[in-house]
This record gives sequence, C-alpha cells and structure tokens, in this order.
Amino acid sequence: MAHGPSQNFFSRWLFSTNHKDIGTLYLWFSFAMFLLGGAFAMIIRAELFQPGMQLIQPEFFNQMTTMHGLVMVFGAIMPAFVGLANWMIPMMIGAPDMALPRMNNLSFWILPFAFAILVATLFMEGGGPNFGWTFYAPLSTTYAPDTVNYFIFGVHIMGASSIMGSINIIATVMNMRAPGMTYMKMPLFVWTWVITAFLLVAVMPVLAGAVTMMLMDINFGTSFFDAAGGGDPVLFQHVFWFFGHPEVYIIILPAFGVVSQIIPTFSRKPLFGYSSMVYATASIAFLSFIVWAHHMFTVGMPIAGELYFMYATMLIAVPTGVKVFNWVTTMYKGALTFETPMLFSIAFVILFTFGGFTGMMLSIAAADTQYHDTYFVVAHFHYVMVAGAVFSGTAAVYYWLPKWCGKMYDETMGKLQFWIAFIAFNITFMPQHFLGLAGMPRRYSDYGLQFADWNMVSSIGAFMYGGAQLLFLFNVIRTIGWGKPIDDPKVWEGAEGLEWTLPTPAPFHTFSTPPIVK
Amino acid sequence: MANYSSHRGVLIRSIIGAIAMFMFAIFVLPPLYDLFCEITGIGGKTGGAYTATEITVDTSRQVEVQFVATNNATMPWDFYPVEHKVLVHPGESKEIVFFAKNLTGKDMVGQAIPNVLPNNAADYFLKTECFCFNNQPLAAGEDAELAVVFIIDPDLPASVNTVTLSYTIFDITDRVPVQVSQLQ
Repeated sequence: MAHGPSQNFFSRWLFSTNHKDIGTLYLWFSFAMFLLGGAFAMIIRAELFQPGMQLIQPEFFNQMTTMHGLVMVFGAIMPAFVGLANWMIPMMIGAPDMALPRMNNLSFWILPFAFAILVATLFMEGGGPNFGWTFYAPLSTTYAPDTVNYFIFGVHIMGASSIMGSINIIATVMNMRAPGMTYMKMPLFVWTWVITAFLLVAVMPVLAGAVTMMLMDINFGTSFFDAAGGGDPVLFQHVFWFFGHPEVYIIILPAFGVVSQIIPTFSRKPLFGYSSMVYATASIAFLSFIVWAHHMFTVGMPIAGELYFMYATMLIAVPTGVKVFNWVTTMYKGALTFETPMLFSIAFVILFTFGGFTGMMLSIAAADTQYHDTYFVVAHFHYVMVAGAVFSGTAAVYYWLPKWCGKMYDETMGKLQFWIAFIAFNITFMPQHFLGLAGMPRRYSDYGLQFADWNMVSSIGAFMYGGAQLLFLFNVIRTIGWGKPIDDPKVWEGAEGLEWTLPTPAPFHTFSTPPIVK
Repeated sequence: MANYSSHRGVLIRSIIGAIAMFMFAIFVLPPLYDLFCEITGIGGKTGGAYTATEITVDTSRQVEVQFVATNNATMPWDFYPVEHKVLVHPGESKEIVFFAKNLTGKDMVGQAIPNVLPNNAADYFLKTECFCFNNQPLAAGEDAELAVVFIIDPDLPASVNTVTLSYTIFDITDRVPVQVSQLQ
C-alpha cells in the first residue's frame, strides 16, 4: 500500500498531508464543536425556559452565552467550511491535493489546542470568558476574569489556523487548476471560497491585533481601550467590527457556494447567472469592509456617520438580492426533486432571505436604536447563521457524503431530520423576533414575566432542534458504517463538475494526472 | 502542474499581507481613530493647553457652562465641582475649581479625563490651565482644590448656548508607582 493512507491509525491522522483526510478531520472536529456549542445553547435555553433563576448562576449564564458564540463561530461553522474546502476544492478544479499539504496539517492540528485552551477556562478559578462573544472592552479588559489571557491565546491560535488554511486555498486555486479551467469556469463553491480566503487573510490579523491590544492593556500597562490613559473603549468596537463584519460574510459566502452547487443539481439545470453570482460575491466581500459601524449605531455617532453606514449597509441587499434571484430562477421550470440536500438548500434560500430582511430592518439607524441588543438581533443572526450556514453545511454533507464514502445515506431519516430541524428552528427563533420587538434584551439570565410564554416556546423548539442534530450524527455514522454501497460516479443524476467524474468512493489520490477541461 | 516556487510566491505575499493587516490594526487604526475624532470633534475630546492671546470679549452673548464630575467605577475619591455652573461671555477667561479628597488610607494617584458636550463645542472650549494636564497624587486623607482656567472661543457656533464640561477621574496608582513613592 505504498500509495494509500498509512495503516497505522495515529500516523494516518496525526501526520496526514492528504487533503481528503485533513478535510475529514476538519469536519469531525467541527461537528464535535457544534455539539459542544449546542450543549451550551441547551443550558442557556433551559435556564430561560421560565423566568427566575432555576438551574445555573448568572455568572455561569454569561460564560455560556459567550462560549456558545465563540465555539459556534470559530469552532463549528468556520472549520466545517474549511473541511469542505479541503475535500472538494482539489477535486473540483482537477488538482491532486492542496498546494501546501504540510501547512494544511499544521493549520488543522493547532485548532484542537486552541479550543482546549478556550474550553479549559470553564474549569479554572474565575470561570471562562463572560463578556459576550464580541468581547467589548472594558468588559474584556478591566472587568474580565483572569482567564482572559487564555482566551486571547486561544483566539491567536484560531486566527493563525484560519490564515494558514486560507493561504493554502488561495495558492491551490491560483496555481493548481487543471488545464483549461479558467477562473470563470470554476465551480461557484471554489469562487466563494477563494473570495472568503482573501477576506480571512485581510481580517483575521485585525482580530489578532484587537486581542493583542487587549493583552497589552491587561498585562503591560498600555491604554488602547482605557480612557484613564487617554485611550477609548469605542475604539475597541471599531477595531472589532472592522474584523467582525467581514467575518459574518466569511461564514456565509462558502454557504452561498454550497447552495449554488446543490440547487442546479436537483433542478437539472445549469446555475442561472453564473457570472453575476461571481460578481455579486465579490461585491458583497468588498462592501463588507465599509459597513462595520452599523453594529454600533448606539455608541453616539454623528448623524452623517449613521447615514453613511445605514445606506452602505442597505446597498449590500443589492448583490444579495441578485444571488437569491439567481437561485430561484435556477429552480424555475427545472425538473425538481427534493432529496435531503435540496430540501436544506431550499430552506436555506427561504430562511436566509427572511434573515436578510430583518437585517434590512436593523440597518435603519433610527429603528436600530429600538432593536439594538434585543432578542430581535439574536433572532436575525440565527436566521442567517443557523438557517444560513448550518443548513447549507448539513446540505453539503448529505450532498457529498455518498461521494466521500461510497455509501448512500438513509433518505427517509435525512428527510425526517430536515423537517424536524426546519420546524424546530422556526419554533426556536421566530418567537425571538417578538420578544425583541417587545423589548427583551439579549444576554440576560432572567427576564420579566411578560416574556415568559414566548421564551418557553423558544426553549421547546431549541430542544427539538438539538435532537435533530443527534439524528444527523446517527445518520452519518450509520451511512459510513452500514450504508448501502453505491458506485455510480455521478451519485446524483443531475450533478455536473469534475468531482463527479471521479470514481465513487473517491480514491485516496485523485487527479494525479490533471484532467483537460474543455 | 504548478511548481513549488509559485506556491511560495503566494505564500510569501499572503503572509506579508497578513502581517501588514496586523500592523495596521495595532499601529494605524488607533492613531487614525484619534485623528478622525480630533478633526471632526466627535469624541468630545478637548485640546491641550491653550496659550492665551488677545481675544475680544463678546459681551453681547452669554454661554452657560455646566460642570460634571464622575468617578470611574473603582475610584473611591470624593470628587465634585465647587460651582456646578457659571455664565461666561465668549472670550472671557474664567477660573473654576473642582474639589478632590482621597478618602482611603493609602496614597493614590488620580487622572481626570475631560469631555465636552455638545460635540461641536469641543473645539471652542479652550483651557489655559487644567489639573487634567497632569495626574493628581493625593496622600491618604489629603484633599485638594483643582483649578481649571478656560476661555470660550467667540467663534462658538451660535446654536450652542450651553456647554457641559465633564471630568471622569480614574485611579492610576498602579501605573505611576514613582510618584506615590515621592509623596512619602
């Protein structure tokens, strides 16, 4: 087996430089983090089931909301899409592997250490980070628990991992496309990822800068964010959101790419408006750099600033609208079938658009004063993060899993999971719009009696949604272990692209000789 | 098939880009932010010491100047303005006094940070002397009267009739151990 994977379990997974093995590692790691972050969410929803304090202390509640956000964003969603990129990009562009395979190994294997450091703080004296996932100064500097330094180092390592992963993707796509695979022939998943990779290289260092300034303020007596020494806490918010807004597109752009692969397959039509999709993605990426202060309308900006950030934010609806239009038009008059990946993708289009509309409401500076830091915001970003990124990630796994392992998942169980997830998601987050508009603030462990009913509904939905994820885990393990073997290279009759020309299951090494793309 | 040197080119350019963005975040964004606030005056930050020049006093106009004192969360001193408001003519030099007392049993150093509202008045609030230009060491139980001498620039926009000068006092004892030892 000179050309296969190492037969020793440890040397195969620890020292792997194979893009498929590393992709698998990323996907399993992200699913483990998804369950961990989900467990934190279950604790939050259990505490909020009824008004008053029942299960946990407010201090621990704060740690749960913070860790839920950090683990989901940096541990679950981002590594999941890096895992998909590792698996699929070389197969989609006809490359034998990623450009920098040993760096690929490094960028994965530092991640478990980053999260071990972060999660370990929960067991330390003073507890874990409790200042919200946005870690605003001075909550995260002057008033932070001592474990904040572990949090800072954890974020540094995650950032290094993301930057290395992104450089690898950029190098792969720029240098290793098969002959004839021009940029405008690349599948949209590759396009969205290469744009995401550029965003990551540009803004992860800004996040590293923000936490480095925190580190210096806390330990070395500087005053970047401390007014006593001439600094300004509002500066922290500017630096954070200069990273943070591109970050939300880093999360959603690969999801756009996934959906743009799946919808044409099950509509049996090519993607409508391919080039407009590429330009729309690039426009969204550009706009993401110039709208950051719409997260901070209430800090006291001059009217001119509020107006600028309001209009610039609204502008993002234009390229996003182009994308939604193209997805819908791809389905129009298509020969549609509704396998599990397609169901998740259609739900993505509907619910993401819904989340986009609440985003438009939030972009109105005058109205945002009312919505700011309420459950309306929580509902908004869960519609785009969960129904957006997580639904499309689930769709991607169902779509490509047969290709990866050569076995078919259980379609009935997949559809059951979809319907539970879809209904439970809406039961969880739809009422949070009402709670937010009625004035319930986010990040509190308790609430007034008038919010009791909808919170109970939301908690019930959350437990159902959590259950659907266990079904997902079971279905994936069942498929890998006992699924019905298939050997059709295309898997899906409507699928197009280089990855579907490879045998099923995909061999350990693929495209050692590059294919010719006409 | 691409060779390794073209990968290295991408790698080096990306790493340089990433390091440049890191440097940008730490060394460019904070000064840029301060500069932006200074130009637009939106931070409410006042300028440094102003050297008095001949200004004609505009007796046709009166501006009410209010004084606010705030203790930062961990600061245990007594700190308040002796007068809460004064009426001044633009161009007139006026001295007012804040009172500070260290109520604790240990020597401390405080630092007051000024802020002016409304934002468009910050550039017209000129301080010729201010205790905020230096930090304030007070021994245990000691008190002090802290003076501010200010002039309202006659160019103050006509829409502004009331200006609020606010000081927040911070405990910076840990940062200036030298001065505490000089007190003893």
